[in-house]
Parts: sequence; structure tokens; C-alpha cells
Amino acid sequence: MTNSWTDIKNTDLAIVMGGNAAEAHPCGFKWVTEAKAKRGAKLIVVDPRFTRTASVADYYAPIRPGSDIAFLMGVINWCIANGKVQWEYVKNYTNASFLVKEGFGWSDGLFNGYDAEKRVYDTADWDYQLGEDGFALTDPTLSDPRCVWALLKDHVAIYTPDFVENTCGTPKDRFLKICEMIGECAAPDRVMTSMYALGWTQHSKGAQNIRGMAMLQLILGNIGLRGGGVNALRGHSNIQGLTDLGLMSNLIPGYLNIPVDKEVDFETYMSTRGNAPLRPNQTSYWQNYRKFIVSFLKAMWGDAATAENDWAYHYLPKLDVPSYDILRTFEMMAKGEVNLYFCQGFNPLLSFPNRAKLTEALSKLKLLVVMDPLQTETAHFWENHGVFNDVDPAAIQTEVLELPTTCFAEDEGALVNSGRWLQWHWAGATPPGQARRDCWIMANIFLRLRDLYRVEGGKFPDPILNLTWDYADPYEPSPEELAKEMNGRALAPLYDATDPTKLVLDAGKQLKNFSQLKDDGSTMCGCWIFSGCWTEEGNMMARRDNTDPDDTGAYLNWAFAWPLNRRILYNRASADIHGKAWDPTRKLIEWDGAKWAGYDVPDIGVTSKPEDVMPFIMTNEGVGKLFARKGLKDGPFPTHMEPFESPIDNPLNAAIRGNPVARVFPDDLAQMATSAEFPLVGTSYRLTEHFHYWTKHNKVNAALQPEFFVEISEELAAEKGIAKGGQVRIWSKRGQIWAKAVVTKRIKPMICAGKTVHVVGMPIHWGFMGAAQKGFGPNSLTPFVGDANIETPEFKAFLCNIEPVEKGPLA
Amino acid sequence: MTTRAPEPTTAAANPPVQPMEVNLLPSDVVRASAMPNLPAPDRQLTKVAKLIDVSKCIGCKACQSACIEWNDTQPELGVNVGVYENPHDLTPDMFTLMRFTEYENPQTGDFEWLIRKDGCMHCEDPGCLKACPAPGAIVQYSNGIVDFIHENCIGCGYCVTGCPFDIPRVSKVDHKSYKCTLCSDRVAVGQGPACAKACPTQCISFGPKDEMLAHAEDRIADLKARGYENAGIYDPQGVGGTHVIYVLHHADQPSLYAGLPDDPQISPLVQGWKGPAKTVGLAALGLAAAGAVLHGLLSRPNRVQPEDEMQAQALVNGGAEDRA
Repeated sequence: MTNSWTDIKNTDLAIVMGGNAAEAHPCGFKWVTEAKAKRGAKLIVVDPRFTRTASVADYYAPIRPGSDIAFLMGVINWCIANGKVQWEYVKNYTNASFLVKEGFGWSDGLFNGYDAEKRVYDTADWDYQLGEDGFALTDPTLSDPRCVWALLKDHVAIYTPDFVENTCGTPKDRFLKICEMIGECAAPDRVMTSMYALGWTQHSKGAQNIRGMAMLQLILGNIGLRGGGVNALRGHSNIQGLTDLGLMSNLIPGYLNIPVDKEVDFETYMSTRGNAPLRPNQTSYWQNYRKFIVSFLKAMWGDAATAENDWAYHYLPKLDVPSYDILRTFEMMAKGEVNLYFCQGFNPLLSFPNRAKLTEALSKLKLLVVMDPLQTETAHFWENHGVFNDVDPAAIQTEVLELPTTCFAEDEGALVNSGRWLQWHWAGATPPGQARRDCWIMANIFLRLRDLYRVEGGKFPDPILNLTWDYADPYEPSPEELAKEMNGRALAPLYDATDPTKLVLDAGKQLKNFSQLKDDGSTMCGCWIFSGCWTEEGNMMARRDNTDPDDTGAYLNWAFAWPLNRRILYNRASADIHGKAWDPTRKLIEWDGAKWAGYDVPDIGVTSKPEDVMPFIMTNEGVGKLFARKGLKDGPFPTHMEPFESPIDNPLNAAIRGNPVARVFPDDLAQMATSAEFPLVGTSYRLTEHFHYWTKHNKVNAALQPEFFVEISEELAAEKGIAKGGQVRIWSKRGQIWAKAVVTKRIKPMICAGKTVHVVGMPIHWGFMGAAQKGFGPNSLTPFVGDANIETPEFKAFLCNIEPVEKGPLA
Repeated sequence: MTTRAPEPTTAAANPPVQPMEVNLLPSDVVRASAMPNLPAPDRQLTKVAKLIDVSKCIGCKACQSACIEWNDTQPELGVNVGVYENPHDLTPDMFTLMRFTEYENPQTGDFEWLIRKDGCMHCEDPGCLKACPAPGAIVQYSNGIVDFIHENCIGCGYCVTGCPFDIPRVSKVDHKSYKCTLCSDRVAVGQGPACAKACPTQCISFGPKDEMLAHAEDRIADLKARGYENAGIYDPQGVGGTHVIYVLHHADQPSLYAGLPDDPQISPLVQGWKGPAKTVGLAALGLAAAGAVLHGLLSRPNRVQPEDEMQAQALVNGGAEDRA
């Protein structure tokens, strides 16, 4: 989230699109209720189904799964055409005025430089025109035809209300009403918030969906303001923490990158990470990258990381492919290229696509280790559960070890919520049976491995042997020790940059925050963005002071928010170019003539002059990017793309299937269906009664939503002869499942490209383990393809078919 | 030395953690089934109410979950029958239930998904209590809570007939009647009901009834500003008002919400019976006994007079026809 859960109460208009906040985030959704009740805020829901969120919305519109970009570009087009633009914001705080290279262009659904064979774009021209001084050229009048604003206007011109209606299935009058409601938030004193979740990410163009909303929010001037922003509602209680700590195959904690093969030494690695500002006076905070990575390497390898050995950079693994994401890992597993799979807090057999392929892949492992508080389907993939898991155990040779772990309530530590708050919690119960903390298990494995390396040597034992492991009990590092390590500490006395005689922090002391990090090896820090969470003043995450001066929703003394305890990112943009709040009732920080101050931690140097330094300090430009340059693989602007399995051709170019630069493995491409074979659109989602695949183990939750079902319209039910509560078979090109049918008015057929499109909605919560009735999940049906940029699987739009069955396998 | 718990003022009331004496006493009972002539209570508790703002409800079932957890009931694992209601109806193990109604509003052309938390309304004039022949099986406290005292319940089911909202459910296991207690055990120690505390959108609030009515008026003003002209309070006067009240977007049509009675009344048979029955059916108890009965009210053995049995049976028969 750019903002926080508590800040949502400050909004005038909440748009829930690409998510179902009331259903999947009921506790966070209370802040929407608060905004409605206390501010008279309005709520818009755009969703293929009339959801629980829609049940309390002021306005609802249906949309065909996978057509969000067309809708969002349509809204942008309408806003531009109708003057619903926060002009001062757009001119000063976005790259609207930046001039783009002549080579950049778009036609027939594709940007310039497309290589169909390699499925990549040549992005060389997706950049600014630079002056001789190295800065980007701009035209503040926005009249140059190569300025971003002119290009954007051209780019969105095709997304007319008719195009939207035809592509998204959203009735034109509903679309226009929503445009009008959104357009009101272009006024400096009206603010909209966007709340989205996996309804936007789980597409082959998920990142572009979110880009679309980010651009709209920039145009409306709603980023950085109370009640505004682009707010990702994270799907697990600590998934934000997972991302922050870099639990991705290509990341290091704090959104640093794992090097790739060609980055053979530290200076080569750093050469593309200089982040020189692209405009005069701009912060471009990533210029501090070297401090972050050196301090990280010092945290990892301590004294073994020296200036002479480039801080042990050579200890870091180097990627030979862009990432070993889970799709790639299972692809390799299915090909027999993986021997051992460690599965920690994750149930891929139900949460990744094409279950048949997952079962095949797991069956080829030599060893599967599952660390989980529950008995997961993944750990029991080899067990025959009749039609619910129809495998032959005798034919599966994989050895499976289940290591029972504690669950959150049995453990101490911090969870990072969607609003980037690190909230410390304490154990509320004793772990049952032989359950152990994950840290205990990892530490014990590590220490045994280290002994093996010590005794037997190995190809490259140094990174293992030299790993810092200075915990009081090496067999069980404590949450406190780990948190302090993430915060970082001084390894040598730190002196004031302007006065070298002035001691700032003595060696061994906890850092105040990441502004104290050095690139000379005198600081260590496990995760730079978390720095400030456990200082010499103690555990800032454990703070529980809920005072909130003037009721702004900031709660600065409650827990700790990264970065620097800042609650609203880009909050400098809440004030105009001179540093006065756009809306005095929404003041966050203001320029008092000498410094920035206010209710939140300023997201700008506190003495940075307002006219000189722009708010978006993490970008090289200092401004928000309507044009993303080379940031995304699939284009600097979002362009409409159909899902890989779609009921209609891409209206911009029938030859384009799915996202033209998404990675698809050949076997999976062969399993992609056409609408001639499979006429119905499937989509997946969560229900309030359950949390993923956990709560079906709980008898209360199981009683409240006991059995797998799918939702279809009354029209589709009539067409297929399906009765309410009857059993149905649903199948795709990859598998088949059985479910009870919930026949509802909440799903209506849509008309897209002249065709009637029926949606089959499928909740995700059932499997063959636990207390609920045995059932299935949509992942038995969904295609094995992910987003072009981050490989999140395309769960939200795929093709299937449905038929009633006389006597199905369900209870 | 422990002190009496305070009366709860909000759903999230958190009384001090040290043990306190309960503050809902036998002497706070103002009415008890089949026990006329109770002595006047020596104090009047603040009248409470649970306000359910249907327009804020997202149907998440946190209230159902909290109810199961707090009362430690164990509803059985069911199946899906094509709807979101689970269990499919109120049961002796499920005192509250989200009911979902799909409604095409003919006036606006818009679709609405109306979600209502169903459960005991805690009538000011409780039909269940009036119909109940078992002395002290159903009581009403001066704060308005209507509670079933299971030790005294004989499982006859007359309360079901007496209820204009079809709420109580008789267990086939222990032959006792069950329904929402408005968490009288929590209220007694200064806490609001479990459902209200669990509700993430604060659609359920709890407190003094006059405050709840005032809060409801604010909510209605908001709903009217959003175009719900007929938004209003559901506090039906046919049963003397209730201690569970709703804010409805369509207060002119309560029955839209999964059959919420438009104008609930206690069956005339119950009303008729209670008049003469007061003296006839319950004469055996006598005034003199009232003090002693009250003293042991909450743990009395079951006692039913033959006349009660006969008259109540007539009521059930008649009632059944009345309802058909």
C-alpha cells in the first residue's frame, strides 16, 4: 500500500476493482465502512460478480475477467477528454512533460520492437530524449507531440465507452456513471482510494492492471494524499513481510537484486545501479544502493566481507535465468531436474496452476520436505483420496518428510501488514506436540550442513562456513536477535558527515535508521527498509500508543512502518509546488519556510526546497511515471491484452494471444484452449468464511462454509439444465472437477464482441485434507502461465465448460 | 473484595481484568414464564439493545463464528445446497444466522444482495415467555434481555410457537430449547455480546437502547442521503419494541430481508391464554411461594401443572393452524 488501512477512513471514494475487500479483507474493510459512515464517502465495485463488497457499495458494474486494462484506459481517456485532470499535480509531479525518443511507438496492439520468436520487446527506444547535460528533455507546456502527455492521449484514444462496453461487457451507462464519480476526484479537495488484490495480480498482465490504476491516480492527483493512493491488499498476514525480505529467487532483502551471471564482479553489478537523477536537484534515493548492499553483505558475512574482496560479493549466487519462480521450478521438477524440494508454509498442490502437472512434478522428486503447522495436500500428494486425489501411491517413489511448525499464535515476532506496518506480537499459546519454530528447524539444518562442509569440504564452502551466526543459542536464533540484525548496527564508530569530530553512534549500537548506513563496511543491516524497527530506544514494532493527533489516521506511535515509520508514501505530493496542502483539511506535511513538518514523517529531505525537489524520491526523475520507460517488459503504457484463454480475440489484433511477452513453456502452450472448445470463462476467488487452505482444518469455519461449490448465472443454469444445489462437472483442457452449483442473480451473462459470455466463479478453499467436506479447487483447471513481469499465475481468467451430473462424488 | 461488574455500554466494552461479581441477578428478573406476581425488582437496569445495521453488513459470518466459539456449540458439518446460508437454518447449535436475499429492485432497476443477521429479537413483550408453561424456563431481565434457563426447560416447544420470529430451536439431544442469549453471561460481567465484538464493520453495535436508537437515526440519515428513501429502524411495536433492532434500507418492506415479519404480533392465542391462565394455570404456585421461587429461579427443577400442559397443547394446535 502507498497508504495504510487506517488511512482509508479519509477517502471520499473507494474503488474496489481487482479485489473483493469485504470478502477477503473484512477487518481492513471496516475502514471503508468508516469513510462511508463518517465522511459520506462512496464505494464503487467493478467485478465479474456482484460480491459481498458490492452488497454494501453505492455503485456496481460488471466486467469480464481479464479486461481491466481496457476499462482503466477507458476511464483515463474519459478523464482527459472531459478535463478531469489535476493539472498542477500532473504538470509538476508526473513525467507528463518529458519528451520520449522518436523510436517509441504503438500500433495494432503492440509496442515497437516486438520479436515474436523470442517473445520480447527491444526496449531501447522506451526512454526519454536526453539533453547534453544528461538530463531528460521536457516541455512544460505539454504541446510537444513527443511529450508523455501527448503520447498518452494518443494511446488511450481508442478506449472509447463503446470499446469498453464491447470488450469488458460493462454496460456503457454504468461505465460512464463510474467515470463521472471518479472524475470528481480530480478536484484538489476530493480524493479517491484504490483497493485491489489478486483480482488484478493473477493475470498474465497483472502488473499492467496496477499500472493502469497508478496512472489514473496520478492524473487525478491522488497519490501521496490522505485517503488516496494505490493500495494492494495483501493476501496473507505477512506476505508483505515476505516480499520485503526478498523471499523471491531473484531478490535480496529490501528489494535489492540477486546478481545475474553476467554481473561477474561487484563493480559490474553496481554499474547499472548508479541511479543518477534524470532531472536537476532530484533525490533519486536508489543512489544509496551501494550502502544498502554493502551493509547487507556485512550482515551476512561480517569480517569475511572486506573492501578487498568486494564485500564477499562472490559469495552471492548468480542467476542464469531471470528468476527461479515457482512456475519455472515446477516445470523443471516435471522434467526431473529437481531432486529435493523444501516447501515451507506453502501448499502448492492447491495454490499453483494445473494440478495434474504439479502432481506429476512432485512425483519425480527424490525428497519433499514440508514445513507447515497443518497437514497439507502437498505433503499428502501421494495419498489416494479417490476422485479427490486420484493417484497410485505405489507408483510414487518420492520420500516425504513433514516437519510440524508453530503457527503465528504460538510464536513471537513481527508481521508486516499491507500498510507496511511491522507489528510485534507475542506467543499466545504453547506449540502442540512436536511442533517447532521454523527458525529452530532452519538453524538445525544449517548447523548440520555447516558441519558437513567443515568436515568434508566441498566445491565452495566459504559462504556457508563464513556466514555470520552469532546468536546466543545457535540452534534457535531468537526473534529479537533477528529483528535487531534486520535493523542493523554500527560496526565502527560513526561520525557526523559534516563534523568528523562529532560521534553519532558508537560501534555495536543499533542504527537509528537507514540514513546512517555506510558503504565502507562500518555498518551492517539485514534489510535496509526495516532499519529503524529496533533501535537503541528498543523495539519500535512493539509500540502500542494509539493516540492520533487531529484524527489523521497516521498513528505514528503505533508499531513501526517502513520506511522510517512513514505512513503515507510520497506524502510530499499532498502539498502543492510551494509546499501548501492541496486540501487544508487533509494536511499531511507542509513547508514552513525552512523545513517540512506535519502529521507524517516527510517523504522528502526535511530541508529540501519545495520548488526544487519533487515528491517521488525513489524515481530517477523525481516525479511519478505515466510513461514507465523500460520498467516493465510489456510496455511503457498498459495496452489491452486478452487472457491466454479468452472467449474473444484481442480486438486490437486478433493474432496476439495473451500477453505477447509472457513466458510460456511449450507443453503448457499446447494445453491452452480456444473458446470453440471451451466456451465459458472461469475465474477464482476467496470467501470470507475461509482463509486459503488453512481454515478448512477448523471445524467452525468448516461448518460455516462446508463444501466446494461454483457459482453460475440463472441463464447459464437454464441453458445447461443445472439445478440449484445440484452437482456439476467442470472441465478445462487440463483437468476436471466436481462441485455443487450455486445458481445466482449475482452473476449475469455479458455481451462482448457480440458474443454472450458466461462466467463460472470458483472459490479456492477445498481439498482432501482437513475438517471440511472433501472437494476441489480451480487450480486443477487453470493454465500454467504467469504475469510477464513477476510470474503470478493467471488464475482469474481461463476457459472451461460445465455440465450437470446425476450422481457426483460430493457429499 | 470483588465489586459488581459495570453495565456494558458498548459492544467492545472491556471491563477490568480482575474478577468481578456478576451484575445480572435473579432480583433483576422482571418477568418469568409461568410465574406471575414476581416481586418488583429493587432496581431498574439500563435498557440495552443490539443494533444490526443491515446496510453495513457484509455477510462475513464473523458473528456466527463468534457465537459458536463463545457458546461452545458444535454445529455439525453440513453440505452445500446451493446457497450461502450455513448451517441452512437456525439450530440448537447455531443461535444466529446470516440470511442472504437476492433482490432485483423494481424501482431502481438495480440488483441488491440483502444480508440479514437472524436471531432472537429479545422482544419487550416476549411471546416465547408468554407461551412457556414451565415456571422460570424463560425470564426477562430489567435490561430487556430474554433468556432461557435450561434447567427449567421441559422441551415442549411452545416457545417456538409463541415466537413471532420463529427463533427458538429445541434440541433433539437434550430436549431443551435454545436461542441467542444476547450474551447475558457476558453482559453480566460488563462485556458486550460476542457477535458485536467480532463484527469487523461494526454493523452490530450494542449499548443503552436510547443510544442505539440515536445511532440508528444517524445511519438512516446517511442512507437517505444515498437514495434509500425508506430507510428506517425496525423496532416493531407489535411486540412492544425489541432489544435487537435493525437499520433497514427498505424499512417499508421488512419481509424483503429473508421474511422478516412486516408487523410481528404475538399469536392471539397466546395473548388469550395468558389472561385467565395467569390465575388458573399458575394458582398452585401461590403468592407466598414467589419469594422462594425467585431465590432459586435460575436453577429450579421442572414443574408443569396438568392444566398448563392441556392449555398449552391447545395453543400449539391452534397456533399451528394459525401459522399455516
